[in-house]
Amino acid sequence: MGMNIHEYQAKAIFNESGVKVVKGIHCTNVDEALNAYDELNTDIVAVKSQIHAGGRGKGVLYDPITNDLIMEGGVKIAFSKEEVGRYASSIIGKKLVTKQTGKEGKIVNNLYIESGCNISHEYYLAILIDREAKSVLVMGSTEGGVDIEEVAEKTPEAIHKIWADPLEGLGSEDVTMFAESLGLEGESKHEMIEMVNALYGMFLERDCSMIEINPLVKSESGEIIALDGKVSFDDNADFRHPWRNNLRDLTEEEEVEIRANNYGLSYVKLDGNIGCLVNGAGLAMASMDVIKLYGSEPANFLDIGGGATRESITAAFEIILEDKNVEGILVNIFGGIIQCDMVANSVIEASKEIGLDVPLVVRFSGTNHVEGTEILNKSDLNVHTATTLAEGAEKIVNLTRRGN
Amino acid sequence: MSIWVDENSKILIQGITGKQGTFHGTRMIEYDTNVVGGVTPGKGGQKLNFSGKEITVYDSMQEAILETGANVSVIYVPARFASAAIVEAANAFQENGGGLIVCITEGIPILDMVTAVANVRKCPDVRLIGPNCPGIITPRENGGCKVGIMPGFIHARGRIGIVSKSGTLTYEAVAQTMSVGEGQSTCVGIGGDPVNGTGFIDCLQAFENDNQTEAIVLIGEIGGTAEEEAAEWASKNMSKPIVGFVAGSTAPPGKRMGHAGAIISGGKGTAEEKFAAFERAGIYVARDPSEIGNVLIKALEDAGIK
Repeated sequence: MGMNIHEYQAKAIFNESGVKVVKGIHCTNVDEALNAYDELNTDIVAVKSQIHAGGRGKGVLYDPITNDLIMEGGVKIAFSKEEVGRYASSIIGKKLVTKQTGKEGKIVNNLYIESGCNISHEYYLAILIDREAKSVLVMGSTEGGVDIEEVAEKTPEAIHKIWADPLEGLGSEDVTMFAESLGLEGESKHEMIEMVNALYGMFLERDCSMIEINPLVKSESGEIIALDGKVSFDDNADFRHPWRNNLRDLTEEEEVEIRANNYGLSYVKLDGNIGCLVNGAGLAMASMDVIKLYGSEPANFLDIGGGATRESITAAFEIILEDKNVEGILVNIFGGIIQCDMVANSVIEASKEIGLDVPLVVRFSGTNHVEGTEILNKSDLNVHTATTLAEGAEKIVNLTRRGN
Repeated sequence: MSIWVDENSKILIQGITGKQGTFHGTRMIEYDTNVVGGVTPGKGGQKLNFSGKEITVYDSMQEAILETGANVSVIYVPARFASAAIVEAANAFQENGGGLIVCITEGIPILDMVTAVANVRKCPDVRLIGPNCPGIITPRENGGCKVGIMPGFIHARGRIGIVSKSGTLTYEAVAQTMSVGEGQSTCVGIGGDPVNGTGFIDCLQAFENDNQTEAIVLIGEIGGTAEEEAAEWASKNMSKPIVGFVAGSTAPPGKRMGHAGAIISGGKGTAEEKFAAFERAGIYVARDPSEIGNVLIKALEDAGIK
């Protein structure tokens, strides 16, 4: 939920926000990585793949063309300049597959070379919105560096939580208790308190939707350091954060989803064969569900929104048909603000413009549905109409089956 | 009766001079809704004509309430100003006998809503519905009280209460009740945002206490645990039958819920979990929204009120 950024970008923001990190340098090629090693001037460095997905440490790098295995582990500890060079060249431009990327993996275009750190203990820390409590939640665990979902499932008592008062902020006693519940004392406890306060301040100031640090570490000298950083932002607050544009990595986003967005469409590609074009997010999900109930799989989620126009509806058809798995399209409109006759005309125009060659079923209800259905029935377009969602889903599923 | 709005409600429109406020304000009046004025800071004193009715614009909610005696406000202001509009309305209503705020606006920053909801909670006589919702409607014989953007003509007065997180899917539920000859007492869209005002349980409680409502249709969607909590609450507190549907059985996991978000809900938030919670609570489940009507008939028959 919301825009994600890379670890190196998160750490730059941590640094500005008073959250302690170790020194690191962002690189995009092997030469830069070698220079970074010299500049950091330390014996041990971490060479870290920068992709938006988690699980990088346990990920595997493959050649993007041959799919040959290149290296296991997307985060490596290097003890010499030669090792930095070897790891960097095994990462940059290669495909990293992790638990979160799916089989297709992600091409690594960015590296982060970071000074080593002597770790005495690893923790987990996250700040997020708790929608049930309607407030900001700080969550921590002494079981850092591991999969937090597993911790939550197996040992929920190892997870400690405090909630901020939306109007008063984090209670100082709560934060102290939180640090103590993680088993910290003395200077380390003090540093943890400062870290939590700094992160909470950053969360508000930057309109984050989540900050996750896994691991957060206590060094051998007792310092509390953010050794990783995953940050995502609330898209609704983009208008007050123009700086976010500079942090966007478009190679990490689905190009087609961005394009859809530009037309006011909300689109998510799925794996099925029936394309859907619907107004409203709830109805769009329900349409997908009913397609499945009738025995097929939806090819996408698509909400054309309340402000749809002929232009955006044409774009929606184009986007649906770019997916070569699509064997038929179900249009499901419940007219409220949107008028079914406008959609009918748009559907006819769009089909002509792009030469629609798969079966099309249109279900209209609500505002001007009679007029809309009449327009479609009178047109020379090969379109089937339906009065209910179930009827529409059944028709499109049968029509696409016949072709097989 | 009905819940929260009826023909006696006096309604103000915040953001009345904007495109949305004008468009939907006109539709509200055409539905015979008692719109008593509007608020746009800096435009006080203007007179508007909506569908033949003269509407006065005020600079502030405080002034508008004092002048008109309004007890309901509907917000159509742009997202960046919406939370301030909610807080202004909440404080003004609290000082003047209480009221209902219906926020239609979509795209409000979530931290703005966290603050706004906390402010509304400090006003015990004020209720917030939304944001990012179609609003609330109580149909009557001709028109009724429509506070929001839903198409009025699909509704008819009746005994079914509807509560939903979704917009157009609510209309679908309304059409389903109509298809089996049932009208609605009140339909409430609570909105699809993660942080909102009125929740399912508030609505169920109000429907339970409302003598016009005899059965309820509840429409949920994936994410969070509001449906599960509502189901559990309903099993202990509701005597009236409920029909439930949840959208998103086929939605891919992780696409809408953040990674850490899945932890606080402890793996909850899927449609299957919610359907299971409905079944445990004795809620009549419709797996297909086109079946809501038939399932509702079954629920009414079982309750001996068909």
